[in-house]
Amino acid sequence: MEQACINPIDTLAACLISAGATAELASFVQILIGVVLISAFPLVLVILLIWVERKVAARVQDRLGPNRVGPFGLLQNVADAVKLILKEDITPAGADRLIYNAAPIIAVLSVLLIWAVVPFSPAHIGADLSIGLLYFVAISSIGTLAIMMAGWASNNKYALLGAFRVVAQLVSYEVPMVVALLIPVLLAGTLSMQSLVRAQIGMWFIVPCLVSAIIFYISNLAETGRAPFDLIEAESELVAGYNIEYSGMKFGLFMANEFMHAFTANLLFAVLFLGGWSGPGAEQYPLLGFVYLMLKTGVVYIFSLILRATVPRVRIDHMMAFNWKFLVPVSIINLLIAALLIQITRLLGIAPAPGETDFLAHVPQAFILLLGNLALIGGILQALRSSGRRDRLAEQARTHGDETAIIPVGSGD
Amino acid sequence: MSLVNEWAFIGVFVAVAWVLPALPLVVARIFQPRKPNAIKMQTYECGVETVGDTWVQFKVQYYIYGLIFLVFDIELIFLFPWAMAYNRLDFFAFGAGFLFIFLLADALIYAWRKNALEWA
Repeated sequence: MEQACINPIDTLAACLISAGATAELASFVQILIGVVLISAFPLVLVILLIWVERKVAARVQDRLGPNRVGPFGLLQNVADAVKLILKEDITPAGADRLIYNAAPIIAVLSVLLIWAVVPFSPAHIGADLSIGLLYFVAISSIGTLAIMMAGWASNNKYALLGAFRVVAQLVSYEVPMVVALLIPVLLAGTLSMQSLVRAQIGMWFIVPCLVSAIIFYISNLAETGRAPFDLIEAESELVAGYNIEYSGMKFGLFMANEFMHAFTANLLFAVLFLGGWSGPGAEQYPLLGFVYLMLKTGVVYIFSLILRATVPRVRIDHMMAFNWKFLVPVSIINLLIAALLIQITRLLGIAPAPGETDFLAHVPQAFILLLGNLALIGGILQALRSSGRRDRLAEQARTHGDETAIIPVGSGD
Repeated sequence: MSLVNEWAFIGVFVAVAWVLPALPLVVARIFQPRKPNAIKMQTYECGVETVGDTWVQFKVQYYIYGLIFLVFDIELIFLFPWAMAYNRLDFFAFGAGFLFIFLLADALIYAWRKNALEWA
């Protein structure tokens, strides 16, 4: 009994059974505790994330950021949360009450559910589903539903316009994201998140799948509605977008959802392309694996925060064109190149055996795939250059053609 | 953990994921002041009362994007089993996959040529 109860997180069920509980009850209690731990973690983390985001944005803009409440302003967001709870929330007249009230809950739920399949360490994962990646793709589209519900049920024109845009954006960027996810699956031959991380012990997937990592990162930025794709809440045009009628804690939930989603997207980038928990000593000490995962996520997250603070927002037609005319074709070509190169390396006999954890065994295949990726990037840049030159020449020819015409300046006055 | 346990975990997770975000709403419901009045409840627009129905017909371009997305999303789901078994298949699998992905790309080229991708 004492043996089973030393490490209560890992062997809780055995501990309870030895204390006299039935097997079903014991496993239910274990599941419940695991669920509460994993789902409460992002909700607590989000308070810290908002602080990090405000601090980083402040530093980029040569400000100090929150620094009054608590040490380094750490308690600023706790104070904000208390304020939000104490605010009256207003349900506008004419709103569809049921959908209006369910939307913020579903928005948070859509992000929380992703955490069920994130492998935190070799020993700790919520549920290592055999279709974990497919589960992630399925769950991440629930968020679109929540935003559509919020925009439609508010009975507000700004909210509805915002929701239309969001659905078009989220739905479009899902296509390159899913295509980009196929390439790690091609290499690892599995959809289970834990096995996808194990397949990266020898070589992180960002090396052989460079282009798909970049595509996944960009489309994730759009999926989470971060700058430069934050048309979801274009303050200048739509006042706030889909959540304009929400106030009090319901608004707070949408905000929390946005920050949590951004972090979760970066977490998945770290899991799928930066090797997740893998690192020296992670197999022996699972907690070390968790630290590695958080460090990798932190680096990607800070990068996306700096990106957010520096780039301007894109126009909606540019954004849709960028997705359908650039990201989708590139991701499809990338998939074909990766599939061909993987098959060629296998025919040449230099592909690593499944489950190979040695770095050197992965080098030849990763090198060939990386060369393929770099060639693709070179080809894309060349194509962009020549199409840009063609447009420029056409523009010059047009303005040169009617040089004699007087272009009135300021005729709109 | 066994397979049943894994899905039991997801089931419990879904239940808890409904409850956790609802908790702050319940707490807020207890502590917040509730003094609704007709003017406060008005739909926000720009200061004057909102004119006409909100739930109007939407721009058809959104619908076209929706349709293209549907085609791609369904076809991509079919690619997951292919990608998963790819390590165990021979060169023929690449040919079959190439054909399938080519049809996918063909749909994109068709939509492009038909100007379905223009934000008009």
